[in-house]
Order: sequence, then structure tokens, then C-alpha cells
Amino acid sequence: MSNSDHTQGSLQLTDLSKYFGEFCAVNKVSLEIQKGEFLTLLGPSGSGKTTLLMMIAGFVDITSGDIALDGTTIVDIPAEKRNFGMVFQGYALFPHMTVRDNIGYALSVRKRPAKEITERVDEMLELVQLQDFANRKPNQLSGGQQQRVALARALCFAPPVLLLDEPLGALDKKLRVEVQQQLKDIHKHVGTTFIYVTHDQEEALSMSDRIVIMRDGAIEQVGSPYDLYEHPATEFSASFLGKSNFLRRPDGLYALRPEKIDIRAAGNGGEPARLTGAIKSITYFGSMQRIIVSIPDGDELEVDIDSWRNQDPLHEGQQVDMLWQDIAAVKLAEG
Amino acid sequence: MNAIRKKINPGWILVAPFLLLVVALYLGPIMNILWLSVTDPEPGLSNYQKLYQSDTMARIIWTTFRICVVTTIFSVFLGYWIAYAMVHCHQQQKNYMLAFLLVSFWISILVRTFSWLMLLGRKGLVNDALGGIGVISEPIAFMRNELGVLIGMVHYMVPYAVLPLLVNMQSLDMRVMNASRNLGATGTQTFWRVYLPLTTPGLVSSTLLVFILSLGFYVTPAVLGGGKVLMIAEYISVQLLVTLKWGTAAMLAALMLLGVLAMLYIMSQFMKLSTVFGGSSS
Repeated sequence: MSNSDHTQGSLQLTDLSKYFGEFCAVNKVSLEIQKGEFLTLLGPSGSGKTTLLMMIAGFVDITSGDIALDGTTIVDIPAEKRNFGMVFQGYALFPHMTVRDNIGYALSVRKRPAKEITERVDEMLELVQLQDFANRKPNQLSGGQQQRVALARALCFAPPVLLLDEPLGALDKKLRVEVQQQLKDIHKHVGTTFIYVTHDQEEALSMSDRIVIMRDGAIEQVGSPYDLYEHPATEFSASFLGKSNFLRRPDGLYALRPEKIDIRAAGNGGEPARLTGAIKSITYFGSMQRIIVSIPDGDELEVDIDSWRNQDPLHEGQQVDMLWQDIAAVKLAEG
Repeated sequence: MNAIRKKINPGWILVAPFLLLVVALYLGPIMNILWLSVTDPEPGLSNYQKLYQSDTMARIIWTTFRICVVTTIFSVFLGYWIAYAMVHCHQQQKNYMLAFLLVSFWISILVRTFSWLMLLGRKGLVNDALGGIGVISEPIAFMRNELGVLIGMVHYMVPYAVLPLLVNMQSLDMRVMNASRNLGATGTQTFWRVYLPLTTPGLVSSTLLVFILSLGFYVTPAVLGGGKVLMIAEYISVQLLVTLKWGTAAMLAALMLLGVLAMLYIMSQFMKLSTVFGGSSS
């Protein structure tokens, strides 16, 4: 299927800022987005990720900076002329139209021939597997189906860039995992640049080519999911993407992922312990257990271990030794 | 006894007094009117025969219908415009507009009608001003004709037309309009293909409200029509108070009631009335 002609779709954001009065919602964001990339904007609410997306879509005016598509600025082009697909939070389907009319809307307002629209919509219905629902109204569909209609509607006119604003936010957890996989497959299939906004770190980790962590309107860190998880640059990155312990050492602050700590009953000999402490609590999650250890300076350390390794069960109150490899502790930049 | 008690929801005991009041004070009189229309002055359908025997009657009904339709069209059109402006302007301007809208509800219809007379009468402000600057030599006949009645009625009805539309427009998800723009639709396309269809329930309820209220208009046609524009309500009052033909009055009242019910029925064929009256559509 020729969805995108693959000649368009790279975006360049340069020093992009947005002020609402005195409030700075987006602060000097510069970013290169590759053609065909799956890029996720990840951050807590209020971090400016949705505002940034709305600026790219053209719904929010920019205060300063530039947005360019394949090197050509688009800041003066109104939203309806930008040709960017968008999946809205809550989907924003047209409630009075059938699924078919929803999906064909973009082509129909472009006054394309009816035959072309029908063929293209059939193609899209097949892509999102909703062939049997073409004549339903949105309120006769489940949340997951509505989400797929919104996706098909946004992709129908083969946009070079697809913007997704928390598209899975309204779905329950089990369905979300399923739809994540479908979204990834569709991304691979159509080759469109995806810019995906979410506050869900698991979603970001499992789907993205690159993740942009945002904080207070600015970019905190950019990188592949692996880079960000294994080498967080700041305390915020380390704690927002995954969980992390923080260790203060004479030469600075270090992040230490809970699953990278080895734990054993105290005084068993072998390699000397890096830290010792007493178990405060153990929480069982099936495949893994989360152990909170109180260490002498009053802090707590979180340790995740696979349940099968805890055959000789540790128990609360027990003295334990903790070990980890040098590379497990990542030195952070201090802000 | 116990079996009966089990079948009757105790909630009815709470509702019963009010139910009785409604029956006694509302349904009772309506039944009485229907009864009068077929029994006064003598039993039979003689009152209804007048409908096609009397030219006057036919003319009055036609006038009433025509004025109501024109009033409704203008009021709903203006109302849509105002409601749209209110929903899409800044909060503070919206508050001002809402205040003006409510003020017009608080001023007596009599006062509002007479103020039109002062503005648009032969020696009113407008005619004086136009005559004074020499635009016209003869005063324009705004009043004492159908135009006057229409001006007065539209003016009175616009706030009623605004309210259902305002509620409808406020409940719309603006993301849907953004989605339309994002998909490449121009403002005009978005309006005709998305906004207007989504405000249809408001349009229908606004139309119904204005039309039904217009049917019963009495003061405005009497004052601004100057006795030349006779509508049903005024004619009924004449039958009751002057000629004392209560049967004819009751017949006309019954006719209006039937007209309203028929209109509701026709509307219900096209859409769920519960959405028009603010219920949920699902």
C-alpha cells in the first residue's frame, strides 16, 4: 500500500517557544525528527508535550522559533493546510457520521472522486480491521474500535506526519498493550513519521524509536529507549522513565536501577557487600518481588529480584548484603 | 390486600398529591375545553364546521400560521447567530451578553411592545429622524400592520431561541471541530458538515419553542397590529369576552393544542425528541 510517498516527513524544530501570558509552556525546544521515525514526547502533565504537539499541528500559535517540514518553514501555514494527520485525545470522531464517512472525510473535503474515496476507505478499513463496521456510528463502537477509526481517519489522506495525542489514554490496560502492538505494526506498514504524546513510560519504552523526555516545557533528554533507560542523564530522567535509587557519593549523584542490585543474606562471605541494611518490606508481584531495604544512613533502597531466585526466602527484618557491578551505577548531571 | 401493596411502588405515595394536583388543575381544564368545543352552544361538531364555513376563521388561522412561521425563521436565525457569538467569544463578553439576554426576560412584554410603538410609530423616533434629515417625505408604516407584529414578535422571541442553542453549542466537543480542520476542511466546510449537523437538536428545540410560543401571542399583535392583524389568541379572547361564544373559543383552543401535538409528532419521526429536550441521545 502506498500510504506515504516517503519523500516527505522530516521535521525540524528550532528554538520553539510558547508563552501564555507570563507562563512559559514550551521553552526553546530544538529537535530533529527523522522521516519515518516513531518519536515519543514523554512527560508528566504540564510538561508542555501536548502544547508542543498542538504547535506542530497548527492549533496553537508559536511565540518564537521555527517549525520546518523537510527544511521548509510551515509556521505560517494554517492547520487545515498542513496536511498532518492527527489522532486526538478522546478521538474526536464525528458522532453524526458513519465509520466510512469519518474515515473518508479528509478526501471528501478535498473533493476527490467518489470512487477513489470508496477504494481508499476500503483500504483503510482493512488496515485497521474494521471492514464489518463501516456503516456503524461511533457510539456503536467499543473504545478500541473508535481508536482504530480515529487512526484510519488520520491516515486516510496519506499525511507525511501523524500526530498522536495520548491515543490510548481512554483504554483499559489489557487492551492498551494489544493496541500498542497494532500501532507499531501500522507504523511499520505505512512508513509515516509518528509523533506520539504520552505520560505512560511503558508505552514510550515499548513503541518508540526515540523518546523525548520533557519537563517544565523544555527537553530534559532525548535518546533511544535503551539509551534513556540505561544511561539517564539527570535525576528527573532516571525517576520518570522506570524506577531508580539515588546514591550520593563524594564525587556526585548516581542512579541505580532496582533490578541491577543483587541481594543476599548478610555474612555469607564471597564478594564484599557494597551496602548492608535491614529488609523493611517485601512485596510480591508474581514474576518479581520488590524489596525495600533500610540502609544505615536512614535512606531506603529499592531492590527488584526475580521471584524464582528467592528460593531461600528472605524475610522482613533480616540483615542483607547488597552488591552491584560498577557499570550499574550511572553518574548523573546535577542541575 | 398484601398482594396489592406489594405491586404498588411506595414511591407513588410521595408523588400522588402532586399527580392529583396536576390532574385537577391542568388536565381537568383542558378536558373541559375539549368538552366545551363539542357541547356549546349545542352538542355536536357545529363549532368545527365553522372552520370551513367561515372565511374569517380561515383567514385568521392562515394569518396566525404565516406570522408564526416567519417569526420562527427570523428568531431562530438571529438566535443561532447570537448563541454562536456567545459560545465563541471571551468569557467576559459572554457574561455581558448573557446579562443582556436575561434582562430582556425580566421586562414585561407590554413595556417592550409599547417601546416599539414609540420607536417605530408614525410620529416615532425613527420616522421623525428620517423625516428630519430628509430621507423620507412620508412616514414609513412600520406599525399597525403585519410588519409591526413581526418586528415585535421576533424581538420578543430571540432570547427564547438563543437558550436551547446556547446549551447545545456549549456541550459540543471543540476537538471535533479541530479534527475537521486538521483533516483539511475549510471553516465553511467544517460549519456545514460538522457544526450545523451537531447543532441540529438545538435548532429543532429552538424552532419548536419559538413556534409554539408564537401561536399563543396576544399582546403584541393586538398593540402593534393596531386591530388590523387578527391572530387566533386575540380572536379567542374576543369570542370569550365580547361575543360570548365559548364554544368557538374552545374549538380554536383545541385546534391549537392539536396543532402543537401534530408538530411534536412530525418532529419525533425525524429525531429522538429526548435529545431535543435535553435528554441523552444514547
